[in-house]
Amino acid sequence: MQKITREQLLDRAVALLSDGTVNSVLGWQKGEFDYDVTPHIFKSADELKEGFVWNDFCYANFSKYLVLKTDRIEGKLLVFLKPCDTYSFNQLLTEHRFDREKVYAIGVGCEGMVDVNKLKAAVDGISSIEATEEGLKVTTIYDDEPTVVAIENVLLERCVNCKSKKHVAYDELMGEEGEIIDSARFDEVAALEAMTADERFAFWQNELSKCIRCNACRDACPACTCENCVFNNPNSGVETKAPVTSFEEQMFHIIRAYHVAGRCTDCGECSRVCPQNIPLHLLNRKFIKDINECYGDYQAGEEVGMRAPLVDYTLEDLEPGEVLNRRGEDA
Amino acid sequence: MRKCSLEKINLVFAEIAKAYTLYLPTDQNDSSAKFTKWEEGSVWSNALNTVRSPKDFFFPQAEDLMEFKVEGKNIDITDIRQESEDFVIFGVRACDVKSFEILDRVFLVDPVDSFYASRREHGIIVSLACTKPSETCFCTTFGIDCTEPAGDVSIWKTETELYWQANTEKGEKLLSYVDSLTEDANTKAVDEQKEKTSVVMKKLPLANLTTDGFGAGKTMELFNNEAWDELSQTCLGCGTCTFVCPTCQCYDIKDFDTGNGVIRYRCWDSCMYSEFTKMAHGNNRLTQKERFRQRFMHKLVYYPENNDGLYSCVGCGRCLAKCPISMNIAKVMKKIGGEK
Ligand code: SF4
Ligand code: SF4
Ligand code: SF4
Ligand code: SF4
Repeated sequence: MQKITREQLLDRAVALLSDGTVNSVLGWQKGEFDYDVTPHIFKSADELKEGFVWNDFCYANFSKYLVLKTDRIEGKLLVFLKPCDTYSFNQLLTEHRFDREKVYAIGVGCEGMVDVNKLKAAVDGISSIEATEEGLKVTTIYDDEPTVVAIENVLLERCVNCKSKKHVAYDELMGEEGEIIDSARFDEVAALEAMTADERFAFWQNELSKCIRCNACRDACPACTCENCVFNNPNSGVETKAPVTSFEEQMFHIIRAYHVAGRCTDCGECSRVCPQNIPLHLLNRKFIKDINECYGDYQAGEEVGMRAPLVDYTLEDLEPGEVLNRRGEDA
Repeated sequence: MRKCSLEKINLVFAEIAKAYTLYLPTDQNDSSAKFTKWEEGSVWSNALNTVRSPKDFFFPQAEDLMEFKVEGKNIDITDIRQESEDFVIFGVRACDVKSFEILDRVFLVDPVDSFYASRREHGIIVSLACTKPSETCFCTTFGIDCTEPAGDVSIWKTETELYWQANTEKGEKLLSYVDSLTEDANTKAVDEQKEKTSVVMKKLPLANLTTDGFGAGKTMELFNNEAWDELSQTCLGCGTCTFVCPTCQCYDIKDFDTGNGVIRYRCWDSCMYSEFTKMAHGNNRLTQKERFRQRFMHKLVYYPENNDGLYSCVGCGRCLAKCPISMNIAKVMKKIGGEK
């Protein structure tokens, strides 16, 4: 259950719209059910009052939308950012991907967002969801007794392993500021590292073979903002619309992981949107862990203008030969 | 109608698998279900439906069509198609069975797609009636009765029994293989089940979703509807909706350079993509709004216009469950069509 209420956010949005600070509001819009919230650009107070929601299903990271939307709108856009979203926000600013002047950012405190897949696995045929102190009270279309599902059992992976409740960017903050968290997010990566190379290969082969190349991971990713991705540019020579061979299956993911290495903030959108539930975050997190170990702790998006270790040079940098030693260890 | 005890289900599968390659939904490690090939030890999933639709069996995501080899001035063309064997897809829901009819009207009209046709000929569909529809289901909107699924054989699963009814010659033949494991049955249990399910169907959140306002002749009126801007404004253009959809049928044909020849293959494509049907002059749909509109206009206006009023959505709800931004055909229909 979120501590900040919908009404608090709504009042602020309406106020900023009416005093002319902003022209439109990027917020979450109510869906057909209680969980299918859609990112939406609200243009008026009436529209906000009717459709704006803030609840445990506002998982979408809005930062990437700023790249496209700030180009096309008149005046300022109000955007709501959860702590994890603010890292993407800064990273995009570092890369000069949108105009900061056109955005008014409100940081919103967050208690964790729900993974709808997990909730649906716990309860079939959801007809309504009510957030209570005890958890989500879910009623069904089969008229069963309502079930109360504890939030911690259905949180998104990225929220279970939340890395920061602190907002690193905003014009205005609503709710209390939190702390950076020493989460267990690298444990699963460590488990993969502990496998033999063959086991690890089999793990990824199995996971990536499920991929249907829908591109949702790429299109939701705030680090993937190329105007024309090599994978859908017919002139690139590597354009592939379907994973035709197992090599191509891996190539898409490995190239993407390399391309976002040092820029991925670990926002978790890739894994959230994957219709095949592939744990893509593990691939990117492996890169983050390696970067931390090789070049010192680094969190992409922590500050605007930071130089990523992979595009920077310092005397303390790891010698390239060290790679061979590392390989020796886990072979 | 025939029936068998659910306790015998694995014997039934083993018997069918002797005569055909058998596919059925099994649970995956992420609590989703997928059609997999039956083998000793496979467990039939209780899930309502699979994430990937069974269109894969007839219209796979990628398939090789032919191979070219160039030597000097000669071009060698090899037909590399693999002949299909008879196969059974077991446990297909009513919505998905209907999707095959929609695909047939695309691939089996002149010029017939021989790759698709061969698989359709060899495929035997055993459909399964629904008892516990999901909140995302709206098959009734398209006139589909989930308690009376079509297919070569229809089955109904109760707590203890499986009821079978053959609808076609292919189905009769399939049933003959399991004759010794099944016995004659009356329709009482099945009728009761249908009754019960129909009550739930009427209570579904999308039970009143209607196709009113769509269909043949609506092109100009709907094409210029203002709501497309708003509906499409945060669409990522990812194509997930098109790839999980049982009725989306667009594909691309491409050449793969193998180093010493060319393999020409076909793969799914998506109208949501910027490079879709790109030609020398570029793409004819420049913005995501136009691409987004195309997907829904095709399903709700153009397809019915060309196919005697048949819509090209079956209400399976996959796009409702899987779109990363939760935008989907039900929201589009409510906004633009009849029911508000
Ligand atoms: S979202 Fe999942 S299925 Fe889609 S391209 Fe990415 S990994 Fe593949
Ligand atoms: S409607 Fe949803 S699934 Fe389809 S392309 Fe847009 S964002 Fe992706
Ligand atoms: S449009 Fe959506 S509901 Fe309709 S058939 Fe396709 S996936 Fe199913
Ligand atoms: S849409 Fe209808 S037929 Fe398909 S699974 Fe749901 S209830 Fe069954």
